[in-house]
Amino acid sequence: MTWQRRHVLATDDWSRDEIEHVLRTTDAMVEVLRRPIRRTPALRGRTVILFFAESSTRTRVSFELAAKALSADVTNITASGSSVEKGETLLDTVRTLTALGGDVIVMRHAASGAPYFVAERTNAAVINAGDGWHAHPTQGLLDAYTLRAALGDLAGKRVVIVGDITHSRVARSDIDTLVPLGATVTLSGPPTLVPSAWRCGMAPRGTAYEPDLERALDGADAVIALRLQKERQHAGLLPSLREYARTWGLTDERVARMRPEAPVLHPGPMNEGVEIAASVAHGARSLIESQVTNGVAVRMALLYLLAGTPDARELSTVDASRTA
Amino acid sequence: MSRITELRRDAERRGLITAPGFIDLHAHLREPGFEDSETIATGAHAALAGGFTTVCAMPNTEPAIDSPGLIAQLLARGDAAKGARVLPIAAITRGRRGTELADLIELAAAGAVAFSDDGSPVADAQLLRSALEYARSAARPIFEHPQDLSLSGAGVMHEGAVSARLGLAGLPAAAEESAIARDIALAKLTGGRLHLSHVSTAGGVELVRRAKAGGLAITAEVTPHHLALTDEWVAGSRAFAWEDDGPRASPYDTATKVNPPLRTAADVRSCWAGLMDGTIDAIATDHAPHASIRKDVEYQEAAFGISGFETAVPLLLAGVAAGWGTWERVVDALTRGPAAVLGIDVPADDLIVIDPAAVWTPAAASLRSLGKNTPLLGRGLVGRVVAAMVGDELRLETALA
Repeated sequence: MTWQRRHVLATDDWSRDEIEHVLRTTDAMVEVLRRPIRRTPALRGRTVILFFAESSTRTRVSFELAAKALSADVTNITASGSSVEKGETLLDTVRTLTALGGDVIVMRHAASGAPYFVAERTNAAVINAGDGWHAHPTQGLLDAYTLRAALGDLAGKRVVIVGDITHSRVARSDIDTLVPLGATVTLSGPPTLVPSAWRCGMAPRGTAYEPDLERALDGADAVIALRLQKERQHAGLLPSLREYARTWGLTDERVARMRPEAPVLHPGPMNEGVEIAASVAHGARSLIESQVTNGVAVRMALLYLLAGTPDARELSTVDASRTA
Repeated sequence: MSRITELRRDAERRGLITAPGFIDLHAHLREPGFEDSETIATGAHAALAGGFTTVCAMPNTEPAIDSPGLIAQLLARGDAAKGARVLPIAAITRGRRGTELADLIELAAAGAVAFSDDGSPVADAQLLRSALEYARSAARPIFEHPQDLSLSGAGVMHEGAVSARLGLAGLPAAAEESAIARDIALAKLTGGRLHLSHVSTAGGVELVRRAKAGGLAITAEVTPHHLALTDEWVAGSRAFAWEDDGPRASPYDTATKVNPPLRTAADVRSCWAGLMDGTIDAIATDHAPHASIRKDVEYQEAAFGISGFETAVPLLLAGVAAGWGTWERVVDALTRGPAAVLGIDVPADDLIVIDPAAVWTPAAASLRSLGKNTPLLGRGLVGRVVAAMVGDELRLETALA
């Protein structure tokens, strides 16, 4: 297939072919990252602007490494120290970013939908690095890549996502990526943290809600634990973190209910002892470090597909995947 | 032959529809305080372009309309505009702060046709009780905005499958239903004249239906957008509730952000059913124009409201064409219904002319309202008001077909 998209805002309207194409391109990037010199000239002369209006270290650094491995020029605009904190509107920021002439804007924003606002008003390609509760498409793709590396074809596989589903862009993007690849998703977590519609017969295609985590994990092929924001307790959605950990925390005993060697993922940063026990986070099933490594490769793949220069011929494997 | 008879005959000869001038119980004209969004003059002319020859102006201005002097000023501006007649609604509570009653009797004497803190409910039940009791002496209805603020929280759209998908905080139907239940209980307690603004949920319609069946003299209104658009519009759909498929736009368009929010197709269906069986007395636009600065922002940050005058007729005609209601009932709910809510007669010397076949596309430049905030921009519509006569004076005449 030929890559057509200008932006990566969410994967909810992507075809299976498009997802597969990104995963194949990621394979080539993983290969680049294994070379002694982890750098290709595919984005030489291109400028990538990292616009993070919400604090994030891990995702920002991952994109930065990805852009640099492709030889792009990288500029950071973060919330602290930028005019975002001084009350500049998003519209002002978009005008400035566009005038600066970046080729790609990688953005994180606390408001769901903000990347759509930016994409409509700029000539640059926009990659959503997380918007509010809505989407985190690179996380969805890297989770799919990581799970596929561990499990092979995802058709017929059942993945459990446990935690604060309502406020999780990771959960939404995981669903949007794993279901088209043939997996089914079991959502688990406190009823106060799962959208009411999804608990009442209107769950997204390919998903189901099972409040009992142990039942959800029985025979599952993988589990993704979500970070629990401690402020949910203050909002009256949870009685206590202790009760949460006892009911929905991933422990060794619970994880053992899954199929043998079924992996454990977490988007990080973790609250060890709350949503995941330290022994699980650092145990044999954990793929949490692979997620971090694969994250760089997935982001390289997307940057390449959106902004790779046509003369980046020397990366023949990537070039082949781009036009295959 | 009077001019009104002449206009009617001329219109009928051309195959156009005529109707008594429409009466809008619920509009935000924004003056004083928000003249970048609308003025009484621009609003009065936008209203005419939508077929409304009488509009009730909501008092959530800056300052709020809570004194006889402000009422007099508003009436004078309305007269000078030579558009639709402008009838002022006064605030229920001083400064719309929800703590003490405004001088309701003096406000009525100055010309206020109703009282409302619209934009906000009167959250304090005891205060609303007092308002319903006291307003009887002013002989004016209380227009209540039914919303339980503790339940609606930080919501920005209808809570349901679409809000779950988009990751936006929801305004549950229960936030409207529980408020309507409370308001009905207070109407029963006080015998006051309660009018419920912008009912938008199936459950809300049912509560009103049962209250009326029990003999309670309350009234209710519904907006044209709640009779046609659904929460799928926030996700980018531009299909009416009765259409399976339609044009698409970008998701998170802040023009779809309105309070009460766009609900599901089932709610739209129930609103039509309530309109048809008389549960709902009036169609009111809740015309809520906003300057672009309050809409050209993130969805969460955007102001609530749809600029509604000029697209009301085509939305209602489309619903009728789809078989969800009848034109006779729609006209009744735009004329006799709202007049009865206000306790006035339908002005006999107002007339509007509609070209039911006119195909047009709303565009920012062609809307007369300063508020260009409608999700219908760029969407093809059928049916348009082409002439309006107010007090036997032709105040709107577009190029007739």
